[in-house]
Amino acid sequence: MLPPPFPDWLWMLSKGLKRKREEEEEKEPLAVDAWWLDPGHAAVAQAPQAVASSSLFDLSVLKLHHSLQQSEPDLRHLVLVVNTLRRIQASMAPAAALPPVPSPPAAPSVADNLLASSDAALSASMASLLEDLSHIEGLSQAPQPLADEGPPGRSIGGAAPSLGALDLLGPATGCLLDDGLEGLFEDIDTSMYDNELWAPASEGLKPVPEDGPGKEEAPELDEAELDYLMDVLVGTQALERPPGPGR
Amino acid sequence: MVLQPSERHYRDWNHRRLGPWCSPTGSPAPLSCETGCGEGSWILVCRLLVPTQVSLLSMEEDIDTRKINNSFLRDHSYATEADIISTVEFNHTGELLATGDKGGRVVIFQREQESKNQVHRRGEYNVYSTFQSHEPEFDYLKSLEIEEKINKIRWLPQQNAAYFLLSTNDKTVKLWKVSERDKRPEGYNLKDEEGRLRDPATITTLRVPVLRPMDLMVEATPRRVFANAHTYHINSISVNSDYETYMSADDLRINLWNFEITNQSFNIVDIKPANMEELTEVITAAEFHPHHCNTFVYSSSKGTIRLCDMRASALCDRHTKFFEEPEDPSNRSFFSEIISSISDVKFSHSGRYIMTRDYLTVKVWDLNMENRPIETYQVHDYLRSKLCSLYENDCIFDKFECVWNGSDSVIMTGSYNNFFRMFDRNTKRDVTLEASRENSKPRAILKPRKVCVGGKRRKDEISVDSLDFSKKILHTAWHPSENIIAVAATNNLYIFQDKVN
Repeated sequence: MLPPPFPDWLWMLSKGLKRKREEEEEKEPLAVDAWWLDPGHAAVAQAPQAVASSSLFDLSVLKLHHSLQQSEPDLRHLVLVVNTLRRIQASMAPAAALPPVPSPPAAPSVADNLLASSDAALSASMASLLEDLSHIEGLSQAPQPLADEGPPGRSIGGAAPSLGALDLLGPATGCLLDDGLEGLFEDIDTSMYDNELWAPASEGLKPVPEDGPGKEEAPELDEAELDYLMDVLVGTQALERPPGPGR
Repeated sequence: MVLQPSERHYRDWNHRRLGPWCSPTGSPAPLSCETGCGEGSWILVCRLLVPTQVSLLSMEEDIDTRKINNSFLRDHSYATEADIISTVEFNHTGELLATGDKGGRVVIFQREQESKNQVHRRGEYNVYSTFQSHEPEFDYLKSLEIEEKINKIRWLPQQNAAYFLLSTNDKTVKLWKVSERDKRPEGYNLKDEEGRLRDPATITTLRVPVLRPMDLMVEATPRRVFANAHTYHINSISVNSDYETYMSADDLRINLWNFEITNQSFNIVDIKPANMEELTEVITAAEFHPHHCNTFVYSSSKGTIRLCDMRASALCDRHTKFFEEPEDPSNRSFFSEIISSISDVKFSHSGRYIMTRDYLTVKVWDLNMENRPIETYQVHDYLRSKLCSLYENDCIFDKFECVWNGSDSVIMTGSYNNFFRMFDRNTKRDVTLEASRENSKPRAILKPRKVCVGGKRRKDEISVDSLDFSKKILHTAWHPSENIIAVAATNNLYIFQDKVN
C-alpha cells in the first residue's frame, strides 16, 4: 500500500503546474490532464494552484531540514531536494511581478493571497530557516557571517534590511536559497585534514540549532516549533496531512 | 569438497549480530544450456537466508535447515537490518557469488560441482566463505560514525589458486584474498604438537616436516586497505582491464588506485565546485571500459553520462563524450530532475554500449551516439503519476541497479513489490517476475506478473495501489555465461535459472 499520499488533486497539480504557469498570461483554467478531477470537486474549486506548490515547497523544506539533521548528509539526496526546491520556488514567484518590498508585511496573509503577500515573508522565513539550519551543531565550522547580514529571525514582523534573500528572487539569479546555501554546503564540505574541533553532536539525532539573534528559546527544534514554522510559511493554512517521516 | 555451513561456522562465529547463512532450501534445476532470450521459463534454484538467531540457539547440533527456514524466517522479526543485502556480484567465471550486507559482512557462495553421483545438484550455490569485511568506525575528527554497510563488491579476475575481491563501504576499500587450505605441515623441529616452542637443547634428532591433508578450510584475509582518500561517500568501484588499477568514485571525486599501493591514489575526476553553494550535481556511478584500460564513464544526478579518456590529461574534468537525452517537455514536472538521476551505469560485455538506470526507465546508449539512447525500456511507468507520493516517502530516491546478461541480449533490473524485470533487446519482449517466499516453490516455473494501471483488474494482476514499496529489488546479478541470476530481496538471496524444456 502506498503511504498516505497527498490528495489526488495535488499529485496532478504538481505535474500540471509548469504548464499552468506557461499559460498564465492567457488566463486559462487549470489545464491539467485530470480525468478524475470532477469539476464539482470541492478541493479543486477552492484550492488555488499556489497551495499545491506551496505544500510541495513545505515538504521539500522539511526534507532539507531532515537531511541536514543527519550527521553526514547524503549529498545526492540533498542536492536533488535543493534543486527541486529551486524549481518549486521559481514556479511560485511570478517573474518580476513583485516589486521589491522594503519590509515584509506584519502578518502573513491567508491562503487566497498566498503568492502576493507571503513571498517576502516566505523568503525572509526561508533565509532565517536556512540560517538556523546552518547553525545546527556539528555542521558549522565558524560563526555564521549570515548573522551579520541581519536576517529577520523567526518572527515574520522583523525587518529584513539586507534583503539579500529578496534580491535573489529575480528570475536571473533564480534562487532564494543561494544565500542560505552558502552555509548549507560549505559546512558539509569538511576537509579531512581540518583541525577545527567541533562539539560532538549531542544525542546524535537531535541537533541544537541556534535561534535568530535575540532569542533564547529551548534549544531543540521540536514539533511545536516546526508547526510554527509551517504556519508562518503557509500563512494560517495547515497542511492537509502531517509531514511524512522522510527517509 | 566444499565446506558446508556446519560446525565450523557456528563454533567460530561469535559476532553479536551475525549468524551463518543457511544452506539452500529448494532443489536445484537441470542445467540450462541456453543463453540469449532470458524471457523463457525461470525457476527458483535456491533461496538463501540469514537466520540471525540460529547460532544462539543451537551450536553443535546438526540443524535441519528446512525447519529453521519454516519456523524462524517466516517471522520477519528474526531478520535484523544488518542482514539486508546491499550488493551482489558473480565472479568472472560464475563459480562464485558474493554478497555484501548492511552489517559489513561478505558471504561468498560457490556453485555446486558437477558430480556423477549428484548430477541433480548442479546449479545450486552453497556457502563457501563468510567474513566480516568492514566494521563500524568512528571518525573522531568529524564526530561521525562511518557505516559498515558494503556498498559494492567487485571481483578481480582469477590469476592463481586464490580468489581476490574488492569490497567497499562509504569510505574505505579493501582487497580480500580468499584461499583454500587443505594441507598443513606436521613434524616441526622447534615446535611440539601443540605448537609450543621446544628448548633447542632437548632436540637430538632432526626431521623434515611433511604436509598432511586436513579438512578443507577457506580463509579470507585482508591484503590491502585503501583508506583516507574519500571525503564523500563511495558509490562505485571498478576494476580496470589492466588488472593493475581500479577506481573508486564518491559523490564528487573519482580516484585511481594501483592495487599494490595503498598510501597513494590519483584523483582523476573532481567536480567539486570552488564554492559549495554552486553545487548542483553529484557523481552517482562510474565504471571502466571492459577492454580499453584508458576509458571510463561516470553518471550524474542530472541524468548525464560522461565518457573520459585518461590519456587526454591527468585530471579528466573534460569529458571526451557527453551523453544526455533532451527532456521530454510533455513529461516535465517538479520531479523531472530527480527521476532523471542515474542510479547505475554498466558497460555491455562487448564494450559497445552502456546501460543506465534512472528512476522509471533503463536506457541503452551506443557509445557513438551522444544525443540520445538507442533503446529505452519502461520499468514501471505506472509510477509516473505517483511521483509526489513517492517523493514524500523518499522512495523516489531509491537507487536501482541494472545488469546485462552474458551475451548482452537481455537486460534486467529491479522494481517494487519484489518484482524484477527483464527486457530482451532482440525480440523487444519483456517480463516481470517476483522474488518472494510465498510465490516460489522450488523448481516451480515463475509466473510472469502484471501490474494493473487502471480500469478493471484481472484476476492475476496487482493494482498499483497494492504494491508494497518497502519490498524493493535494488541489487541483482547475472551469471557471466549462463542464464542464472541472483536477486537480492531485503535479506533473502534468490537464485533463479532458466529451465530447459
